[in-house]
Amino acid sequence: MPGNHLPGLVRACDTTGLPVCLDAQRFIRLHAVMAVVFLLIGGVAAILLGLTRWPAVHLLPADWYYRVLTLHGLNMLIFWILSLEIGILYFAGTTLLNSRLASTKLAWACFGLMGAGGALANVIVMIGKGDVLMTSYVPLMAHPLFYLAIILVAVGALIGVINYFATIYIARRDQTYEGSVPLVVFGATAAAIIAVFTLLHGAVVMVPTFLWSLGLVKTIDPGWYRLVWWGLGHASQQINVCAMVSVWYLLATLTTGAKPLNQAVCRAAFVFYILFINIASAHHLLVDPGVSATWKIWNTSYAMYLAVLASMIHGFTVPASVEVAMRRKGHDKGLFGWLAAAPWKNPGFSAFFLSLVIFGFGGGITGVTLGTQQINILAHNTLRIPGHFHMTVVGGTTLAFMGLCYYLVPLLFQREFHLRGLARVQPYLFAGGVTFMAMGMSFAGSYGVPRRHWDVDFTGATFPAGFDASAHLMLGVLGVGAVLSFLGLALFIGLTVAAVFTGRSNRGAPMAAW
Amino acid sequence: MSIDCPPPGWFRAPGGAERAWVGLALAWCVVMTIMMPFWHFRGKQNSTGESYAVTPAQFAERVGKFVDAHQVGEDEGWPVVEPPPGGDAYLQAQMWSWYPILKLRKGQTYRLHMSSMDLQHGFALLPLNMNFQVMPGYDHVLTITPTQTGEFQVICNEFCGIGHHLMTGKLLVE
Amino acid sequence: MTEPRKPHPIERLFDNPWLLLVLGVVVPTLSYTVWGWIELALMPEARLP
Repeated sequence: MPGNHLPGLVRACDTTGLPVCLDAQRFIRLHAVMAVVFLLIGGVAAILLGLTRWPAVHLLPADWYYRVLTLHGLNMLIFWILSLEIGILYFAGTTLLNSRLASTKLAWACFGLMGAGGALANVIVMIGKGDVLMTSYVPLMAHPLFYLAIILVAVGALIGVINYFATIYIARRDQTYEGSVPLVVFGATAAAIIAVFTLLHGAVVMVPTFLWSLGLVKTIDPGWYRLVWWGLGHASQQINVCAMVSVWYLLATLTTGAKPLNQAVCRAAFVFYILFINIASAHHLLVDPGVSATWKIWNTSYAMYLAVLASMIHGFTVPASVEVAMRRKGHDKGLFGWLAAAPWKNPGFSAFFLSLVIFGFGGGITGVTLGTQQINILAHNTLRIPGHFHMTVVGGTTLAFMGLCYYLVPLLFQREFHLRGLARVQPYLFAGGVTFMAMGMSFAGSYGVPRRHWDVDFTGATFPAGFDASAHLMLGVLGVGAVLSFLGLALFIGLTVAAVFTGRSNRGAPMAAW
Repeated sequence: MSIDCPPPGWFRAPGGAERAWVGLALAWCVVMTIMMPFWHFRGKQNSTGESYAVTPAQFAERVGKFVDAHQVGEDEGWPVVEPPPGGDAYLQAQMWSWYPILKLRKGQTYRLHMSSMDLQHGFALLPLNMNFQVMPGYDHVLTITPTQTGEFQVICNEFCGIGHHLMTGKLLVE
Repeated sequence: MTEPRKPHPIERLFDNPWLLLVLGVVVPTLSYTVWGWIELALMPEARLP
């Protein structure tokens, strides 16, 4: 099929032969670089927090702990992931549909707003004008520029999403492809749809809050704020789930040649995400006043757990497609011979498969458990919650995106990695560290240890409180895991930055096989 | 491949192991869906979400009357208050304290009202580990029946400023 | 008599990103946000016995 590229603005990939829109390539590169900068800021914040929650170290003073915690949440949960996801959308809309990027103007607006908003938020928090944590629950008030920064990022991301929808529109109009869109594009579209819901809620909650901080609106109801804010805060993590599953399918194909077993099943699972995953924002309101038990039970169950069904389907079809591909290559010995023969030395594969395991068994199961009305009483605002989402967002999404970068840099930056032995080890180090840390969090939280808390020994409080030695042991596990995962993260950033700026160019030749 | 466009007519129902897995997963989802409301009614451990609109001033006034009427002692300068069995108990959250100290009787049922004077707070009862959100403007009512005696710690687990870690209180059950 | 090659209705639904976009915004907004708003708005005034 002929593409709709303008002359001179397309190249054929030297490795896969796929068409690469050069406009899209430029913006994917820009977004990837911006994402890694945010990841670095969030990562430095992470190790400072880990070393503060480790009671034996207790590094930061109280004000800096909450400041750095705000910084960590914003950079990791929003800026790093959303930046890279916009890049993934551009890739899916252009290369996989043989199309050009709809608008470079929109792409510049998206990049500029996200970059400016992210930078502004970081500055405001660092100078101590936004010590309100990522959730900024009213009536806790930050400097107006804090809310403005979040609005800039959200508007920028929304423009990027609109550019993606415009791209799939022109691809279909110009008939650049035949049949239905590829599964990875379908998953990316699902992520984009979830992003629209998310960013609309962001606008609805952040614009009045911004006006309130300027004194133009008298009050913001805290219950209303929590309801709408979690339509942003939790739903933004559902964009990650959806984008991550798409990346799993992509990496399964790139690393083992896997094909989906049944297109209808995989796509139906994405449709369940589109329809139902966002109502689980109710997970955060399970012990709140103001909303009834009926509302809580219906919404927290994702409408009969249909979004959970979707994850269970992906958790089956992704490894099953790898199994079929490996068996077809002749790795047919026994029940798990295919798995043993899988390309474990390829960091793209190991990151993808470890992400699948950590997300599914760690993050998914804890998420569904904590999201029940009964267990949430035990878990609300304890360290069990971050224990859960460090296994979904970090061990799941971030690790999968790291795996993606082991292909993104050679294919779209056209540079090879140095020190490939270290790159092969990196996913294991990061996955191990994150799992260890998240288990420390989860077990400490099951004793009731609160999240977002500077001193769980309550030194100086009127009435003494605190936790026994076993909870402290688990906080130590958290600290050790934080150190290990920080090493894995630093290794990833070091390798990626070195490859992008000093890596050997592979222009005109296929990328070196992992 | 996941990156190729499937030609029209790709829709087909799942078969074999995939069909079995989808069926099993769906059955499990149905079980979970039934269990949550079932245990809500059977276990009687969950809030019905009973809550009312209240201003911090109104709530503080009611807490003051409650303390005046039912105070039975003092601890570190804080009133210890014993609500009538079967009656209403009040707990006021503010930066950075839980006021007053409640003294309850095992096996008696109380309506516990909680609200905040300033920011959002998190009521966390230790070592039992029960957690509820406390917000300004909301009278959050929990119907509770203590099932064990002892002295319990109340801490705050919602970030409420620099003194967050100093916000502790006490709850007694006899 | 149906056209034998006409794709399954579900296939046509999945091939329509615009319909999915509308459903993906409307369904959770009604179930989560609007219903939640209504409950918050209908919360009665405290009587404080």
